[in-house]
Amino acid sequence: MAEFKRPDGRKVTEMRETSAKVGVIKNADGSAMFQTGKTIAIAAVYGPKKMHPQHSQNPAKGTLRCNYNMMSFSVTDRIRPGPSRRSTEISKITEWALEPALDLEKYPNMVVDVHISILQADAGTRCAGINAASLALAHAGIPMRDLVTSISIGKLDKTLVVDLDKKEEDFEEGEGPTDIPISMTGGKITHLQLDGKINGAQLKEGLKMAKDACDEIYEIQKKALKEATQ
Amino acid sequence: MASKMTTSKITKERVEKYLAEGKRFDGRKLEEFRDLKIETGISENAEGSAKVTLGNTEVIVGIKMNVGTPYPDSADSGNMMVTAELLPLSSPRYESGPPKFPAIELGRVLDRAIRESKFIDLKKLCIVEGEKVWTVFIDVYSLNDDGNLLDAAGIGIVAALKTAKIPKYDSEKEKVLFGDWTDENVPLSTEVPLSLTAHKIGEYLILDPTKEEEDLCETRVTIGSAKGSISSMQKGNLESLKIEEMEKAIDLVDNAYGGIFKKIEEQLK
Repeated sequence: MAEFKRPDGRKVTEMRETSAKVGVIKNADGSAMFQTGKTIAIAAVYGPKKMHPQHSQNPAKGTLRCNYNMMSFSVTDRIRPGPSRRSTEISKITEWALEPALDLEKYPNMVVDVHISILQADAGTRCAGINAASLALAHAGIPMRDLVTSISIGKLDKTLVVDLDKKEEDFEEGEGPTDIPISMTGGKITHLQLDGKINGAQLKEGLKMAKDACDEIYEIQKKALKEATQ
Repeated sequence: MASKMTTSKITKERVEKYLAEGKRFDGRKLEEFRDLKIETGISENAEGSAKVTLGNTEVIVGIKMNVGTPYPDSADSGNMMVTAELLPLSSPRYESGPPKFPAIELGRVLDRAIRESKFIDLKKLCIVEGEKVWTVFIDVYSLNDDGNLLDAAGIGIVAALKTAKIPKYDSEKEKVLFGDWTDENVPLSTEVPLSLTAHKIGEYLILDPTKEEEDLCETRVTIGSAKGSISSMQKGNLESLKIEEMEKAIDLVDNAYGGIFKKIEEQLK
């Protein structure tokens, strides 16, 4: 497994250079930037606030509402501004990834809005968005059981690697690329998607790699939150 | 921390009292801009990009280009288009969903300011007359709205265009090689158009309002000009302006142009 050469020379378990910063949007109740390699996500939290329209209110607990959006120039081939099928799905996936970590029972009939914008994309944007959103929620003081961390595990031909970039997503040799974005909180999986081809045994190995990578991201997130309070 | 949804009447009375003494809450003079900071190259996949910070207001502009067919009435010219999105990320006042009037107006006013000034030399963006021309997409996103997004975005457009490179184009395969750039800049005029807006609160005209001040403005006039030559205007909002006030607005903007232009030049070096 150590023999495999990644396009940018990284080790198979090596993430791209990753950094995070909290408090990047002054108007927001909480905000964060998360960058991994050339992928940059910004997240802002507004709320908890009263949910409108009224029929969307949940009297049992507060609602988390996520909105993922790519800036038109974040990719080389311009995308039309505004929502797409892809962004609509990722918005929902992001809610599912984050909500298990939140304790919204104190906020019946309220909503917490999370807005994610991708400023620059080089694969892994949904993971970067979830990592930024988790930080922004913590920054906003929303009650959380734990942070949420997210990473994409890839399989290039037969080799498992951590944190695919765009070049690797377009890998064409052998069995080609398999992309598995995974999000975790408190050691549990809150989001997993898979595109490609992989057997069960190797996928299990991939889950272990994801856990280790998520632990690394967790430390980066904690550091960013500490820096914000200093 | 979180910004307010509205500004109260009591605040309005106090703001007007200050203005009568030639002062503003943040210590600026009536015609004074907040600190202006321009960063370029903030999004690598764009042909050009800029982030403009004006006090607490932040806006991002990105340029993308593509090859398409020209309009029949301008067969030998490239196309350009400005769109603006007021991201819900940038203010508690903005919601997800189809663009509302303020975003549409912002895009259209800035589109006209750039188009009518002929800042982009669209004739030079023609590849094959009547068949293939470049389109320049200028996309504006608000990042933090603390007033005067329009002027900030106008400055951002100039900065992003000035640093933009044209992508490579394979004329045999008739394909743009996205992510691969030539050394060529977007052809621009040396006369830099700036959209600057005068806002009226009570009897007073001010420049570069904060969100609080913007809330209190009864009317505004945006003037797109380059070196004293005006090529686009928009009077916005309900309240009317006296002719003398319009004249004063023209002078205010004309006087502010030089300072802003100098700051752009300095920061793009």
